[in-house]
Amino acid sequence: MSEGLAATLPASVARGGAGFTWPRVGPLLLVAPLLVFMVVLYAIPVTAMLLRSVAEPAWTLSRYAALPDDSVFINVFVNTLRTAVTVTVATLLLGYPVALGLVRARRMAGLVLAVVLLPFWTSILVRSYAWMVLLGRHGVINEALLSADLIDRPLRMLNTSIAVHVAMIHILLPYMILPIANALRQIDPSLARAASGLGARPFAAFRQVILPLSMPGVAAGVLLVFVLSLGFYVTPVLVGGARDTTLSMLIAQQVDQLNWAYAATLSVVLLGTALVVIAVFQRLPGMGSAFRINMR
Amino acid sequence: MIRRGLSATVVGLILVFLAAPIVVVMIASFSSASYLTFPPPGFGLRWYREYFGSATWIDATVLSVVVAAAVVVLSTVLGTLAALGLSKLPRALRAVATGLILSPLIVPVIVVAIGIYYAFSRFGLVGTPLGLVLAHTCLAAPFVVTSVSASLAGLDRRLEQAALSLGATPLGTFRQVTLPLIRPGVLAGALFAFITSFDELVVALFLSGSGAVTLPRRMWDDLRFAIDPTIAAVSTLTIVLTAALLVAVQMLRRRGEGLRTI
Repeated sequence: MSEGLAATLPASVARGGAGFTWPRVGPLLLVAPLLVFMVVLYAIPVTAMLLRSVAEPAWTLSRYAALPDDSVFINVFVNTLRTAVTVTVATLLLGYPVALGLVRARRMAGLVLAVVLLPFWTSILVRSYAWMVLLGRHGVINEALLSADLIDRPLRMLNTSIAVHVAMIHILLPYMILPIANALRQIDPSLARAASGLGARPFAAFRQVILPLSMPGVAAGVLLVFVLSLGFYVTPVLVGGARDTTLSMLIAQQVDQLNWAYAATLSVVLLGTALVVIAVFQRLPGMGSAFRINMR
Repeated sequence: MIRRGLSATVVGLILVFLAAPIVVVMIASFSSASYLTFPPPGFGLRWYREYFGSATWIDATVLSVVVAAAVVVLSTVLGTLAALGLSKLPRALRAVATGLILSPLIVPVIVVAIGIYYAFSRFGLVGTPLGLVLAHTCLAAPFVVTSVSASLAGLDRRLEQAALSLGATPLGTFRQVTLPLIRPGVLAGALFAFITSFDELVVALFLSGSGAVTLPRRMWDDLRFAIDPTIAAVSTLTIVLTAALLVAVQMLRRRGEGLRTI
């Protein structure tokens, strides 16, 4: 344990002289309260619940073996993945220009940042509610289109997949913008000037210099949005329809019906999918700290 | 020039997409109509009176504030201590401890929620404020740990070493040197913790029962039946509260930054 300590302490302390023992057991004593708290109240409960997928009534993997033929599960799983991909692609396409604008804006930078952070700090429930207000049968958009005589009857927008996608894109967009803006901000501005000084047109300079250098931010944003959207529950319940069941919703339904073993099996699949995605991304260069940025 | 104007327009439209839904809710909350309609036919404080006049809304708000305050205290104390220790742990142990403490950021919240519900229901913690505090602390602590750890990473360790070598006790060094320097990170972590608990719904759906209904839970119960304009008023109040907290922490942080340049 002395390796890391030696670097941070004066030589006399690191040698352990003068009876100064605080730094040796100290670190563990400092971490222990939270560690014990989380092991008892979170890690053991979650693990015990997940184990119900293989431990009832006796040890078995039969529930996992049955999943490929379980059409309800397959439909929900495919829908969850498809939603996550759609939302990730859309937030990337919408988020990159905003991140560029955020970094390049001079006078308006404060305003742009405020507009990005306002939804970021507004709860998912409130933002989902906002989309109910906008997309409802008598919602803002329908009323506006009706009064402009663009439609005769209200459009059905709420309780559709489109509503789920739009609301989730809105909710997750800041999670794409902030890591990309972070990466863009770290690029030395003289690189872009050098590129244009050497004759690159603005778009070529962007494509060959800025875009590659911002890729760690893009990868962090994509990972964050994809993993978060896999676990969405509140938004699809409120603005989605019957066909928009996500894996999280199916798990909650199974718990309501006290099908704990099935709920646990689905939970393992959901968690496993998230971990596989994270493991794949961790292998990309420059991704070690993707989850270090402050995500909420 | 044209390209520049075009890209500014695109960014502007996306920003409108980000802000508009929230602005619409805020405007609708001041409607005088008896149902939710936009633009409002007239303005008034009717839905705010509805909220402040309702015992169940106020009870839920008070419970959410009390739970979030307890979560702030627990997670900030535990999280700050853990962050201080983590950086000095041997590498293998540090990796395991960090992985466990930060894992609620990655594990889908429904999995955390039903796992905790499954365990807490055996100990009579469902439907109690204590159950919510314990569960929310697990969700909030990772934010305190990341925030304080970031502050510690930017800390000049020679300042602590100087204090120690000048004869300060480890505790005195912490109180007089380390803590003032990492205060911005601790404050930001505490704010994250408050908002994490105050806005949390999925765990509350399982743990609230009928005895500990938080504000998000109360909003959810209403939303399942109708788009009640009272929720627009509640939403606006929570947005204003969050913004006020953010501004307050930002100001405290700015004052704290003066210390870093010593």
